[in-house]
Amino acid sequence: MTGRRFLVRTLLALSVLLALLAGAVVMLNLRGEDPVDDHAGPFAATPGQIERGRYLALAGNCAGCHTARGGAAYAGGRGIQTPFGTIFAGNLTPDDATGIGRWNADHFWRAMHNGRSRDGRLLYPAFPYTSFTQISREDSDALFAWLRSLPPVAQANRAHTLRFPYDTQAALAVWRALFFRPGTFTPQPAQSAEWNRGAYLVGGLGHCIACHGSRNALGATDTARGLVGGMLPGENWYAPALDAAHEAGVAGWPAEEVVTLLRTGATARAAVSGPMAEVVYASTQHLNDADLRAMATYLQALPQATAPAPAAPPRRNEALLLRGERIYAQQCAWCHGDQGEGEPGAFPPLAGNRAVNLDNPANLVQMVRRGGYAPATEGNPRPYGMPPFGHVLNDDDIAAVLSYVRASWGNTGAEITPRQAMQR
Amino acid sequence: MAACITCHGREGQATNSGYFPRLAGKPAGYLYEQLRSFRDGRRQQADMSHLLANLSDTYLREMAEYFAALDLPYPPPAPSDLPAAQLARGKAMVFEGDAARGIPACASCHGQALTGVQPGIPGLLGLPRLYIASQLGSWVTGDRRAPAPDCMAEVGRKLNNEDIRAVAGWLAAQPVPADAKPADALPAGVSVACSAMGAHP
Repeated sequence: MTGRRFLVRTLLALSVLLALLAGAVVMLNLRGEDPVDDHAGPFAATPGQIERGRYLALAGNCAGCHTARGGAAYAGGRGIQTPFGTIFAGNLTPDDATGIGRWNADHFWRAMHNGRSRDGRLLYPAFPYTSFTQISREDSDALFAWLRSLPPVAQANRAHTLRFPYDTQAALAVWRALFFRPGTFTPQPAQSAEWNRGAYLVGGLGHCIACHGSRNALGATDTARGLVGGMLPGENWYAPALDAAHEAGVAGWPAEEVVTLLRTGATARAAVSGPMAEVVYASTQHLNDADLRAMATYLQALPQATAPAPAAPPRRNEALLLRGERIYAQQCAWCHGDQGEGEPGAFPPLAGNRAVNLDNPANLVQMVRRGGYAPATEGNPRPYGMPPFGHVLNDDDIAAVLSYVRASWGNTGAEITPRQAMQR
Repeated sequence: MAACITCHGREGQATNSGYFPRLAGKPAGYLYEQLRSFRDGRRQQADMSHLLANLSDTYLREMAEYFAALDLPYPPPAPSDLPAAQLARGKAMVFEGDAARGIPACASCHGQALTGVQPGIPGLLGLPRLYIASQLGSWVTGDRRAPAPDCMAEVGRKLNNEDIRAVAGWLAAQPVPADAKPADALPAGVSVACSAMGAHP
């Protein structure tokens, strides 16, 4: 065989392989799709369906992404930061030209269940159809009915600003072939109806895993590992594990307290902050008692991760801790107390607070630098707030004071490095 | 209000140096609208937007009323290093405006005493020069907005850098009168349509 013939055969074989792979990718992208009737007539929604859809849109916090700050409700425009670039949420109002005015219920179902747009384009999973694929057709139709009932807003969608190759449909198709499979929620007969309802809400519309799950290098959440905690994509916030007592697990709590946290944003022992404050404000505070109870039941029954064996105490950096102690006395003790004891109902204790001792210190750094309020909800209408210290304390100060707090009053958190404190 | 103190001082008093504006004694309607604007993206300040993101109108209204009701002494103004000509220009803009360029006098809306007007027009005295200048600049660039009709945006976009330097310099150099309170009304009424003087939702 001459070299030339070998080359031709190799190229041919490679072409066939590529064609097969491309075929497989296409096939994997289309699996599980129901036929779509592009000519389906107008959608006749019942008032009950619209009301149901309004509620479900709150449960899924659709407006959280699909409403820009200060913008028209559901008209899109908010940018979602990802490691691959920014994705801008689309206009969900029934405007013909810029929204979903020309969509029918089949199109909407295909977007929710299969992650494809009306025109057939593959959608980016920043729209968490990897979770929404679990929701029922009935709920999809109700959501569609609600969105169709909104006043149409003419607001063109902003183009995503993704880097190559992530901006191509081909790359997205490969991603989907690897990481997305349309799913259907299957109730587990061994579990209670309440648990199943909770599983449906947490795993479907609630898309809790989008923040509380772990992601691989290509941004795919790991469904098998579940709610094990993870960094928010593109943001320096850590969504703590929901299956671990030493993070944000609630297995040992009274069920009523879990419901209270989701409804009001604060209980005697914990308050939500950062991105979770937004979730409670915009979503969970509006859910009914039965659904919150179901979510609590499911979250409390999660198989529990074991706490890591206590590491050998690190060498104490006395100079850093002394600096931290001085800053604490000057800036923090006024509210949090000389011994980190806090003040019930107003300022959280820092001594023995599991949020203070989290292995991942991102949230602490955020809270000191930027401050924050728990959400103002009906059950907690006047939350106390933490002031921002970013203009008072530099990165080294923040590392020092947090290291001091994590090493004091029985706390066990590791020292905070300058590198961790400089993350924005 | 514990979250406000690291910037605005223990009782919203701030200082007249640096950047952060005093809150104490400003009209409640004005403060409320500013809080809403930070939350809803009409004003740009990352810390404020972050802090207020998940707070209700009711709570913001209460915060505004708390600070509006505070009656605290003002510190004396910082000495000005602006040349006399610039200060004179600032004073002229404040009390006469520039009719040729369609710029009304500051005093025509903010009151002859420049201490603001109820319910929605803020006083201009006792604020840091840097703060006034940056606010006037952000009206020029459109970074600061108010709900329509946005009267200050109409005025603000006509200002140039010289105006801003002169006006901010002169305002920041003025002592605040002992009984500085927002006026109850403008004697001649509001001359332009302005959401600040309309009903608040």
